[in-house]
Amino acid sequence: MQSAIEAQGLVKTYPGDVRALDGLSFEVPEGTVFGLLGPNGAGKSTTVKILTTLAQPDEGAATVAGLDVLANPGRVRRAIGVVAQRSGVDREATGRENLRLQGQVHGMRGRELEQKIDMLLERFRLSDAADRIVRGYSGGMERRLDVALGLVHTPQVLFLDEPTTGLDPEVRTEMWHEIEELAGEQGVTVLLTTHYMEEADRLAARLAIVDRGRIVAEGSPDELKRELRGDAVHVELGESVNGRAVEALGRLELVSDVSVEGRAVHARADDGARAVPSVLQALEAHGIAVASVTVARPSLEDVYLRYAGRTFGEAEAEEKETKR
Amino acid sequence: MSIAAHSWYMMIRHLRALGRQPWWIAITLTQPIIWLVLFGSVFKSAANIPGFGDDSYVDFFAPGVVIMTAFFSAGWGGMTMIEDMDRGVIDRFLATPVRLGALITGRTMQGAVVIAIQSAIIVGLALLLGAGFSNGPLGVVGMILVASLLGTSVAALSNGLALVVRREETLIATINVLLFPLTFVSTAFMPEDLLPGWVQTVADVNPLNWAVEAARISASGDDWGTLAVYTGALLALALACAAFATRAFRSYRASL
Repeated sequence: MQSAIEAQGLVKTYPGDVRALDGLSFEVPEGTVFGLLGPNGAGKSTTVKILTTLAQPDEGAATVAGLDVLANPGRVRRAIGVVAQRSGVDREATGRENLRLQGQVHGMRGRELEQKIDMLLERFRLSDAADRIVRGYSGGMERRLDVALGLVHTPQVLFLDEPTTGLDPEVRTEMWHEIEELAGEQGVTVLLTTHYMEEADRLAARLAIVDRGRIVAEGSPDELKRELRGDAVHVELGESVNGRAVEALGRLELVSDVSVEGRAVHARADDGARAVPSVLQALEAHGIAVASVTVARPSLEDVYLRYAGRTFGEAEAEEKETKR
Repeated sequence: MSIAAHSWYMMIRHLRALGRQPWWIAITLTQPIIWLVLFGSVFKSAANIPGFGDDSYVDFFAPGVVIMTAFFSAGWGGMTMIEDMDRGVIDRFLATPVRLGALITGRTMQGAVVIAIQSAIIVGLALLLGAGFSNGPLGVVGMILVASLLGTSVAALSNGLALVVRREETLIATINVLLFPLTFVSTAFMPEDLLPGWVQTVADVNPLNWAVEAARISASGDDWGTLAVYTGALLALALACAAFATRAFRSYRASL
């Protein structure tokens, strides 16, 4: 099968020595939904900017729909639809006018264009609001219009950059339905970036985990979780004890990959339920008070922790710190 | 796809947005009305000063008001560019096959249409106040074309600056600093012979003054040679401003 997207060794540094991408590579097979999962600031949006010809990499190469993004930006723009992280609709125009202009700049005309507009309005449940000014739309409606704008010219590759960020949970679930329907359509390849584990898990057939400008793991959500083998054991301590908890659990045979983060202790176990008693015993023996214990099937959260060496929450907090 | 078609679509977009804010159009006309009515009566007797060529001050002043209104109206053209940048509209278009130049030309074309409408209203008002344009309707059309030509330059400049400064406050300050002084070192209010020597010197290189002079000749003069020179200079300026705006757009894109 041919690749719809191919990124090779992308490097991008922004002024102030901020290395947004540090040799990022991945490949997306045609006709699939591919997720780029990572915390804010991991380099997802920069990747999308490069693949959609908005930005140029300092190093590396990329093709989209078989076209080189650096050598052929004009042809790439014809082949792609882009739904940016920030809405890009003209809020002073109606939904229909927005769609029409988008079609016109893609060279569409007349009946073909009007029919496509009606079809998209219908599909994204905007028919009733079609001739109202977008300023009066709800957040969810505006986002659906954003996606419709990306689809007017029937692109081969659709980029959805954080499509549900900032939406209410209810609206987010609606949006997921829309994206799932897209995925069912023939031919279109979707590149989805997100920092919601649940979203990547649900929508992406394959995904790559991005951390500090690199891909640290790649596979289907299930593959990634299966690789972790066994269960995640999370212990909440009564107080923060740092090294002592690792010391206490490190010698246990039933658990592995022990890490501590404040009062939270994460470990892996082949059989979580069987490991819990000895974990509690070991902690008690070291005089460490336990507030709660949970055992869970591995989640993408655990996958991230395993490959990035820190939890998702930590990574996001760190990113906020460096931005300051 | 031709740049002309794309510019047209963009112009329609901007005209429609403006048409939905009728109050904005009314407000932009209050300034010229104040100028015409207030200055028209305050300086009424200025026309009696020896060396003042025209018969009445309103005859003399009306082309100045048309040009100054075009000047400021176009000066704010960059504001919608900043709005579009802030709202992600520019980024959305940059990922489509739209021609870069069309994103600027569409705006300047809209500006020119707005200026033509505003100018026509000012002319009507001036006629009510007793102004005469001795070259008739054709002369008035010429004056409006001159106003639109100056407006094209200023709008392109404003859009280019918007792409450089990227903040509304900074753009407002920059435009005010650039445009305001130019209105006073011109013959908009007083004929050249009555201006201090240094002002005459500055006025010679002041594009606003070129436009005021050209508009006046078109409306009621006969020095066609001078009109041709000023119009040529304004055309050259328009091209220079368009080149600046396009460059500013390229560097904006490169900074993404």
